[in-house]
Amino acid sequence: MAGLLSQDAWGKVWTYRGTFAMGFLNTLLVAAVGVLLSLILGIIFGLMGASGKRILKGISRVYVEAIQNTPLLLQICFLYYALAFSGKSIGIIPTGILSVGIYHGAYMAEVFRAGIESIPKGQFEAAASQGFGYIGRMYYIILPQSIKIILPPMVNQVVNLIKNTSCLYIIGGTDLISLTYSFVTGEATGGAYAPAYVVSGILFFIMCFPLSTIATVWEQNLKKRDARTVDTRKEGKAVTA
Amino acid sequence: MSDIMASFSILKNESIWIYLLRGVAFTLVISVIAVVIAILLGAVLALVRNYCKKGWCVIFRWIATIYIELFRNTPLLLWIFICLVFFPCPDLFSRPMLTLTSVETKLIFKAAVALTLFESSVIAEIIRGGLNSVAEGQFEAGHSQGFSSVQIMIYIVLPQAFRSIVPTLLGQVITTVKDSSYLANVATIELMARTKKILSSANMYNGTGQINVSDVFVLFGVAAMIYFIINFTLSCVVRKIQKKRRVTPRVVEQELQLEAS
Repeated sequence: MAGLLSQDAWGKVWTYRGTFAMGFLNTLLVAAVGVLLSLILGIIFGLMGASGKRILKGISRVYVEAIQNTPLLLQICFLYYALAFSGKSIGIIPTGILSVGIYHGAYMAEVFRAGIESIPKGQFEAAASQGFGYIGRMYYIILPQSIKIILPPMVNQVVNLIKNTSCLYIIGGTDLISLTYSFVTGEATGGAYAPAYVVSGILFFIMCFPLSTIATVWEQNLKKRDARTVDTRKEGKAVTA
Repeated sequence: MSDIMASFSILKNESIWIYLLRGVAFTLVISVIAVVIAILLGAVLALVRNYCKKGWCVIFRWIATIYIELFRNTPLLLWIFICLVFFPCPDLFSRPMLTLTSVETKLIFKAAVALTLFESSVIAEIIRGGLNSVAEGQFEAGHSQGFSSVQIMIYIVLPQAFRSIVPTLLGQVITTVKDSSYLANVATIELMARTKKILSSANMYNGTGQINVSDVFVLFGVAAMIYFIINFTLSCVVRKIQKKRRVTPRVVEQELQLEAS
């Protein structure tokens, strides 16, 4: 831990601040596009999972189970090497975006499915009886009600996605973690372990901490409100009884 | 077509299976040890963060809060790298054992420490959720029966908290099994790393003299199957428990309706 106070080591990090900035931006890029992809996949497969049609439900289940039960690292290695050995390599960053997007898409799908299924059946029937089509029903009636339940776990998934961009290291990526590691082991820059890890840790922390705090606060508010509504319902019943 | 047959011929090699299955064993052992220690550590952290609110105890609460938030909001791989450099390895683990060299045991010990620390922060938050779900009245009832605060925790609150979080905890075990694949970044010991290593020398085993796409599919397919079998079994258990649980609120609701009518 002596390196933590070494002025020389901190100087090295400052000289190579561009490396860290580049890693940070790459991680942000992978995370941002990955989140977008995972949201699209999550909505599609979540709606399929909640549709009640056996075939669509089956497809969604296969996707979710296959992805959720195997490690992300295995998926990214598989995608990367399969593309590389068949001569169709698409580059490291796009491979990373694809694999984190697909991996977290499976989690998002579960979040959306659970959110939609938490809405009472009467809402679907009422919407249908008012002449709403499938899209109108989902867009105007169901999703606005379930968004409160969906948001906290969704934001948690975003935090996990940002942390999981570190999987790019195994295929030699240029994200924050990989660049930090090549910085501390590089010939010209080696040795400044403590400051480099502190900087990279702080950069990750400022990306993730606000999001995970928001998710926690929302979740607590939701629980409090749930407790309140349940109480009033009980009281209401007691009064009518 | 011949490529695929050549790739499958890798799987006929017995020593490759032994090598892979040893990797599976290491994956399981590391995950189980990490989860068990992380639950103990996480329970302590959760209790401290939730209940140390008076006097000088507050310092411990701050420490627990900082620890949890720090580990929860930074990637596992960062902690693996940090532990590799800074965590001291006791002599007990810096010697050859279980077919590993002393360098490998050192690496795996440090990386497993990182995994345990990381998971303990996540598990602490899960346990905290369970603790918060225990009704306030339980504490009062315990006090009125003459239990001390420690006894209330051990006999009344913790059993109820753990009961309500068993599905989430098992889900976290699945995550830990998957997260243990991150150790592949630093050492060739567990399943993921060994699969990758076999792939990199697949040209010596498949008889065609080069690495084909089908090798990627066959080797990673086998690894994915193994992971899937382990995790899917666990997630089936989770679902079974959740289904059982879901019955309870409905019964309560029915009773309420009966009372109301």
